Amino acid sequence: MDTYYCPHDLSKFAEMGKNRPELWAKYMEYYSAVFADGALTEREKALIALGVAHSVQCPYCIDAYTNACLEKGADLDQMTEAVHVANAIRGGSSLVHGVQMRNIAEKVGM
Amino acid sequence: MPSLLSVRHPLASPTEQLRTLARTGAPAFDAVLESRGVAPLETRAIEVLQVNVGKLCNQTCGHCHVDAGPDRRESMTHETAEQVVELLTRHPIPTLDITGGAPELSPEFRFLVEAGRRLGRRVIDRCNLTVLLLPSQDGLVPFLAEHRVDIVASLPSFRASGTDTQRGEGVFAKSVAALRRLNDAGYGTGRGLVVDLVHNPVGAFLPGTQASLERDYRRELRDRHGVVFDRLLTIANMPISRFLEFLERTANTGRYMDLLLRTFNPAAAAGVMCRTHLSVGWDGALYDCDFNQMLELPVDPGGPATLRALLERGGLSRRVRTDRHCLGCTAGAGSSCGGALE
Repeated sequence: MDTYYCPHDLSKFAEMGKNRPELWAKYMEYYSAVFADGALTEREKALIALGVAHSVQCPYCIDAYTNACLEKGADLDQMTEAVHVANAIRGGSSLVHGVQMRNIAEKVGM
Repeated sequence: MPSLLSVRHPLASPTEQLRTLARTGAPAFDAVLESRGVAPLETRAIEVLQVNVGKLCNQTCGHCHVDAGPDRRESMTHETAEQVVELLTRHPIPTLDITGGAPELSPEFRFLVEAGRRLGRRVIDRCNLTVLLLPSQDGLVPFLAEHRVDIVASLPSFRASGTDTQRGEGVFAKSVAALRRLNDAGYGTGRGLVVDLVHNPVGAFLPGTQASLERDYRRELRDRHGVVFDRLLTIANMPISRFLEFLERTANTGRYMDLLLRTFNPAAAAGVMCRTHLSVGWDGALYDCDFNQMLELPVDPGGPATLRALLERGGLSRRVRTDRHCLGCTAGAGSSCGGALE
């Protein structure tokens, strides 16, 4: 069945390097530098990426960073906490806009 | 968890293990080498004599390539241990690497350590940590320290959940207690007594970057548990024995073999440990590595097959025997018994 999302497409990511390879090369150079061991370890960065993947609801990223987290030594407790962090911020970002709702309602209401 | 042998699991048979790997459609290892322009694996000067003294272990870990456990009785005799010492006496092999099972449970363990050290060799104990806490092993830590034995200890995760999932309930807490005992004896504290930890994945994936994982291990074990160590070594799980049973049970075998093949690293193949190791079984048979030993793939039939024959005829150089499981040592950053290539 045709779907917009196909698991095999994840392994074709590098096809985005076709046509404008110099842009792909710049992106990958930046990407590799971002995820290299630094002030944060690779495991910590993978956990952040996993949380962001859930926030942007990208199934490719969730697949890639679930595997990356496991490879880099994270366990399910830590990965579940990372998803909850993403969820808390997503939920909070909706909730905090409620202040805007309240501001408007208070301005125009009687 | 019982051993595969004790429950008569079909994968207790090395032949069935090799058949299972062949069924995945993965190419033969030598064909992979050829297609990637890597020469067949020939041995170089032997730097490590790895001696497997037996399959008895106080644990039954989910990934064990030996299928070791409390129910296993295979154990090296004193006569064979003396042949090991004789080989070391005749050949200047710099390192004696003792493994098992839990090698410390072998009656020949202390004899081999004492002889190896008397000959001036580096002696490695591949230790599961929890064995150090057994009442029967009282005095083992001071013995190891007195003989300045290097310890290579398994700890797949700095978190209890990962370690216990792979190695058994409560193993993490006991491992930390054992590490504390080793630290108290001077191990891992920069005084020349070395304890390295081994990380291997808790599942069907490859280990992450060794250096980055080492930072996590160092910080977490120090801050949360007050223990220290020297180096972290990352080792991929071999698709044989109990790890293969896990792969089969979870329908991951094909996917894992694909992963090993996709991440084949020619540099790792060139530096693989079997080229500088000789592996001795509990019964004195010779192999290229501990994994071949468990698959009952003896050394190239052209050379001596046993310690006794080697002592009589000589002949340490040989072509390494390979099969599809060898992809486990050549994937990603490389693996073998020495961790990732630096």
